[in-house]
Amino acid sequence: MSQNVVYTDNNATTMVAPEVVEAMIPFFSQLYGNASSMHFFGGQIKRHVDEARAKVAALINADPAEIIFTSCGTESDNAAIRGILAAQPEKRHIITSRVEHPAVKNVFQHLGKNGYRVSEISVDRLGRIDLDELREKLDSETALVSIMWANNETGVIFPIQEIAELVKSRGAAFHTDAVQAAGKVKIDLQKMPVDLLSISGHKLHAPKGIGVLYLRKGVHCVPFMMGGHQESGRRAGTENVPYIVGLGRACELAHQFMSVEQREVARLRDLLESELTEKAIDATVNGDTEHRLPNTTNISFKYIEGESILMLLSEVGIAASSGSACTSGSLEPSHVLRAMGIPFTRVHGSVRFSLSRYNTADDMHFIVQHMLRIEKRLRDISPFGRDEINAH
Amino acid sequence: MWDYNEKVKEHFLNPRNVGEIKNADAVGEAGSLACGDQLKLMLKVDDKGVITDAKFQTFGCGSAIASASALTELIIGKSMDDVAKITNKDIVDYLGGLPVEKMHCSVMGHEALEAAVSNYYGESPETLEAKKKHVVCECFGVTDQEIISVVRDNKLRTVEDVTHYTKAGGGCMSCHDKIRALIEKVGGEDQKTAPPKPEAKKLTNLQKVKLIEETFEKEIRPMLRADGGDIELIDIEGSRVTVSLRGMCSSCTSASITLKKYVEPKLREFVSDDITVEEVKP
Repeated sequence: MSQNVVYTDNNATTMVAPEVVEAMIPFFSQLYGNASSMHFFGGQIKRHVDEARAKVAALINADPAEIIFTSCGTESDNAAIRGILAAQPEKRHIITSRVEHPAVKNVFQHLGKNGYRVSEISVDRLGRIDLDELREKLDSETALVSIMWANNETGVIFPIQEIAELVKSRGAAFHTDAVQAAGKVKIDLQKMPVDLLSISGHKLHAPKGIGVLYLRKGVHCVPFMMGGHQESGRRAGTENVPYIVGLGRACELAHQFMSVEQREVARLRDLLESELTEKAIDATVNGDTEHRLPNTTNISFKYIEGESILMLLSEVGIAASSGSACTSGSLEPSHVLRAMGIPFTRVHGSVRFSLSRYNTADDMHFIVQHMLRIEKRLRDISPFGRDEINAH
Repeated sequence: MWDYNEKVKEHFLNPRNVGEIKNADAVGEAGSLACGDQLKLMLKVDDKGVITDAKFQTFGCGSAIASASALTELIIGKSMDDVAKITNKDIVDYLGGLPVEKMHCSVMGHEALEAAVSNYYGESPETLEAKKKHVVCECFGVTDQEIISVVRDNKLRTVEDVTHYTKAGGGCMSCHDKIRALIEKVGGEDQKTAPPKPEAKKLTNLQKVKLIEETFEKEIRPMLRADGGDIELIDIEGSRVTVSLRGMCSSCTSASITLKKYVEPKLREFVSDDITVEEVKP
């Protein structure tokens, strides 16, 4: 596309930071050795991989030895869930939430069809997890609980400290998909008794094709990928050195700018949100705005449909996403918004704007201007809520 | 993003005949808010029974808006008798095609038109209670009559086709057996009414296997292999061919589209025109 892009779909993927690209380049054609090789040319690479490992560990306050590089967030989730269950085959009960990303949701669904008892914890109208329900569902058979750190669609952050402590007190393993949280909010694994945690590079300005599985020391997890002895035998496959180096740099940048971003990006998000909810005919925010990622807003425009909104936004170069049925490729709208009990009149017209440090106040004004125009236009076509338009 | 053609996009961006007709001579509605789309069609009909004006309001995605726009263009100036013959396929053809997953948008157009026609002739709309008795798909509220009519008009052969066209079976999937029975029912009618095709080849299973394998080798594998995939013949039962996709194809999300849009047409062309292809997971 040649036109200017106002990119607000950062929970889908992010721009690779220029600093990250720069850090990666030498590792394609100059420093291309195999980190496992015995000779000097490969051996020098290992140092760079170790440095990157230390930077990733620093972002989540972990020990570098607890960082395993994978190919993506989905691999990390699969490796964590299957690896923990393989290590304790006698326990056959697993718990997750109703609002997980498909990378966890579908693994649990598969396990449910293959002999596991699966419990799904509900969320309330604001997308908050029901801790009492979790307390009730945990039993002596529970092998694993997997609950995301922050939701990709609404940005709602779960109380991971409390959840992790509760799960550990009952003797089960705890995994959290922190793909959306890592780099956006503080993660301190010295304080939180999380056993396993997944990170995806391309959600924090590293490229696609690199992920991390944090595995706490002493937690037994059967390797998902078998083969060579890379990653201390915990994840076979030649190290993806340029991407590992890039991810290290991206984590370093995220760490460095986190507090500024939490303030600045959140300010832009709040600007967008308040302008849209105040000026639109009928727009409401989905999810708990108290405990939320600084970059995400999920707004429902009543009586209009998400795919139409996205297509019209796209016409003027605005990139966002929607929980409508028509954008998912399935016939069902967002499982996250439905789990929250958001009515159909609002689910189909939900739009997620997810920002990054590369957005500006001008971007927000541009979106507001066009979004209001688009809402008006689609409401004019819609057979529903005619009286409200006339009253507006 | 959906791969809409230019004409669909153009009708979405500049829909024709949006709005309301006060004192319309016929009104028809289809779809529902819960399903994510709804269409209201309003007609002005002169005393000779010709549609002089048509307007619509739509809640829905890009192709739903484009389908409604196309529908109004198709019917203005035509007589009520003529428009009664219009099917969803005419809407699709007018638009130059829709993605297969979006066929239900054209069906919604057809249903709204049907409803407007019966409204014009003063037929009382089916009561909700009566309609409920015939609902096949509870998730999307699709009735047996709706399924039979799209199966007949579009020569549909699989449950998946019916889901693409009507949404029926796309939710909890518990109605798949009922849909299959309706497809077979329509298929049976076709055999009774359609004259026997003179060139229809009577193949033995062995000949069929050989022809299918040849078609795979010559026509299909070269394309699949280019994407790192492969196909294997699993079973043949009458005209139903079961295959398994291998390699990259086995995990590809568009595998079912490949089967319907590429493999099935090739087998119909080279082996027998009544073949349906189904996939079994390895």
